[in-house]
Amino acid sequence: MKRMNADRTSRAGRREASRETRPARRSRAGAHDRVLLMVGTRKGAWLYHGDGHGHWRVDGPHFLGHIINHLVLDPRDKHTLLMAAKTGHLGPTIFRSDDLGRTWQEAAEPPAFRKAAEGETARAVDHTFWLAPGHTDDARAWYAGTSPCGLFRSEDGGATWRGVDGFNNHPMHPKWFPPEDATPDGSVIHSLLIDPRDASHLYVSASGGGTFESTDAGASWSPLNKGVEVNFQPDTYPEYGQDPHCVHLHPLAPDVLYQQNHCGIYRMERSRGHWVRIGENMPKDTGDIGFPIVLHPRDPDTVWVFPMDGTTVWPRTSPGGRPAAYRTRDGGQTWQRQDRGLPREQAWYTVKRQGFTCDQRDPLGLYFGTTSGELWMSTNEGKSWHQMAAHLPEIYSVVAATLR
Amino acid sequence: MRVLIPTPLRSYTGGEAQVDGCGATVAELFANLNAAFPGIRFRMIDEQERIRQHLRIFVNREQVRDLTVPLRPTDEVQILQALSGG
Repeated sequence: MKRMNADRTSRAGRREASRETRPARRSRAGAHDRVLLMVGTRKGAWLYHGDGHGHWRVDGPHFLGHIINHLVLDPRDKHTLLMAAKTGHLGPTIFRSDDLGRTWQEAAEPPAFRKAAEGETARAVDHTFWLAPGHTDDARAWYAGTSPCGLFRSEDGGATWRGVDGFNNHPMHPKWFPPEDATPDGSVIHSLLIDPRDASHLYVSASGGGTFESTDAGASWSPLNKGVEVNFQPDTYPEYGQDPHCVHLHPLAPDVLYQQNHCGIYRMERSRGHWVRIGENMPKDTGDIGFPIVLHPRDPDTVWVFPMDGTTVWPRTSPGGRPAAYRTRDGGQTWQRQDRGLPREQAWYTVKRQGFTCDQRDPLGLYFGTTSGELWMSTNEGKSWHQMAAHLPEIYSVVAATLR
Repeated sequence: MRVLIPTPLRSYTGGEAQVDGCGATVAELFANLNAAFPGIRFRMIDEQERIRQHLRIFVNREQVRDLTVPLRPTDEVQILQALSGG
């Protein structure tokens, strides 16, 4: 299917459009800035402190045995960590540290749906899947996406949480996120995006359900899925019901969004209102199926994905047992394989949607964690990779923060 | 009354395997436990007042599945972790 050609704009044209909406340029991080790498796994969390000169200090495990779906540093203060945790036996909670993980406090009121009235579906949070710091101007705000599909907001740095009623109680919620369409580990809300120009402009995505947009701080929502294929339903281009795996907007060009979907890689210019399948330009023997997508923080046209095998019965492993990242530098028109240093054969891992990330250094550092518990990094924007750690539990999330 | 705490919840009780509790029902007991050990209740009981899937509560060695079950001061309440996978 060649849906993108009719919609393709030139790189120069896109850059021109991007400049119109581009916020003030951020100062560029140096090659030797310190990096904090936050790793959430099925059995606990680890922190890797990089000194900027190639040395890493390992701090962990934290909460050994806990299921850690996401561990995120607050970029506004650079010392507060929030962690989404649960265990096999216990209910979900949020842990907070204001000293980079030396001590932890539990949220007084973790995300929880309101008590169901008679006749209502009684929803209970199984786990918090995604954590996102609020807008820069909203210093204590955080958002959380849960399974089953729920959106929550904290206004006190993660200590107490309230449901975003406009989302959780939207009349279409049961149709947008029907329980029977849940992914194997339960439906999840993820990719909580905040327009850096406008704190009330939000995007969330659901697996399954699609991507949704609010321009009034979450009071109302609309589907934003035009052009995204659903090859697991009779209607292959419905208004909702898609399965975005990971969605990002570009911090310098917030009207440019990218997503790695169950059905390919897509790009959207918000003013156009529909997604274009840039994954059509990936090598056919690799395909454009995967979980994560990473955006270069200084170039809206540079993006990385980590393909997996989405053929036959969907192994979701590295295609052919040969893992590789793929990079585009022209908004998805062309892609380059980046596998130097990675196993050449018999490597059958998966990189989950929160498992691939970048820091802010120049050149950019890239990091990914695998379902087989390996942590890999590149200090040269993917030209070569080396293994940082092995034998960790299954890695669910990797988040990098650049510290100065 | 005596309340036996399983290992996953002892981070709330300062490592204690056994604590004193009070309440005329299981629900009251858990509310009082939460006052003494903040956060412990939500790890066991969800927001719809349901006992979480992999926890078991026994009163005098009889399993209870309802938070309205009455309690006496002489009862022993045992909280146990069930099987939850590998």
